Amino acid sequence: MMKLRAVRFGFSALALAALVFVLPATAADKIDPVADAKAFKKFFYDKFPKLKPEDFVNGPYSMDEGLHRQWVEKEQFPPYEFAVEAGKEMFTKPFKNGKTYEDCFPNKGIGIRQNYPYFDEKQGKVVTLELALNQCREGNGEAPYSYVRDEMASLTAYMAFTSRGKPFDIKIPNDPRALAAYEQGKEYFYTRRGQLNFSCATCHVQSPGERVRTEVLAPALGIMNAMPIYRSEWSGMGTTSRRFVTCNSQVRGVPFNPQDDEYRNVEYYLSYVANGLPISGPGARP
Amino acid sequence: MKAKLVLLALLSAGPAFAASEADYKAAYAAAEAANKEAGQLRNQWTTTASTLAAAKKAADAGDFDKATEAAKEAEALAKASIFQATSEKTLWRDMEIR
Repeated sequence: MMKLRAVRFGFSALALAALVFVLPATAADKIDPVADAKAFKKFFYDKFPKLKPEDFVNGPYSMDEGLHRQWVEKEQFPPYEFAVEAGKEMFTKPFKNGKTYEDCFPNKGIGIRQNYPYFDEKQGKVVTLELALNQCREGNGEAPYSYVRDEMASLTAYMAFTSRGKPFDIKIPNDPRALAAYEQGKEYFYTRRGQLNFSCATCHVQSPGERVRTEVLAPALGIMNAMPIYRSEWSGMGTTSRRFVTCNSQVRGVPFNPQDDEYRNVEYYLSYVANGLPISGPGARP
Repeated sequence: MKAKLVLLALLSAGPAFAASEADYKAAYAAAEAANKEAGQLRNQWTTTASTLAAAKKAADAGDFDKATEAAKEAEALAKASIFQATSEKTLWRDMEIR
């Protein structure tokens, strides 16, 4: 009898040990964007308890009072103003076939920035605003714009400007491909790359508010809300694509082509975890 | 005696140890193959590319010592990028906010 009990106990202990080993792996493998977004926001709110949630969309300018004063002054004569005006003109100018960008977007493209990127079930991939603009051009017989040049920055600047204050509202449909794209975006964000062995998170999770040379690093939370941005360092406007490509080069990694899967997916992830925070683009950065 | 000294001087001067064009080509091919593998893992480094370019430039100038050395360095960089890509397949989760 005693022997049987001992065997049963042995089995129970073994089963418990197996569960202990199995459970954490299952939890880690489960894709739960809602829990991710909650944890992501909590991390930053705890790290910067003096900031209001909407402050995060101003990137480095929310990190201290001196920088905040710089932002207030910059907003009086914003350096991205020319891009917004150029974008507005381009947006309404008809293509050769007589149609305009307005014909490609819901609500004629006004006040919709907060819904991009989205997962397009027909195409089976994440569609960013930049990609949607070029798909619109190509669908109307026009050549696509470069993803890193001024034309694309101007168009997205205008569309962001008409959406200011609207909270990010990124949806992940009940489609395993959408969840996979989200998860791949997350993996990309945390993966170290380049000879400097940096991930996106090294700068924007571990070190926001710290300086890299003269630059103050922005928090990852709200980093997409301000896109596109005028960067004083570039003396011009930059698209989201340009920002990703530059980040990769800065850590000595060979960048991908703009709008490759990795970049669209990481934009999807970063935008989703900022759901609820207002669009502030176009932004200005040092 | 004099002849022996000349032979010794010739041997110790090092031409026997200098890299040949064939050495360079072998080192360059190995580096290129490793960098291609890093590309398949979507994780090439800019420094690998620039070191490969430096190797080619030295070879074009006929300096196969320098070219071979650079090619070997490029191979080491490419192998490090492969290691990084492989290990990060699981390590990225350590950084994740939960």
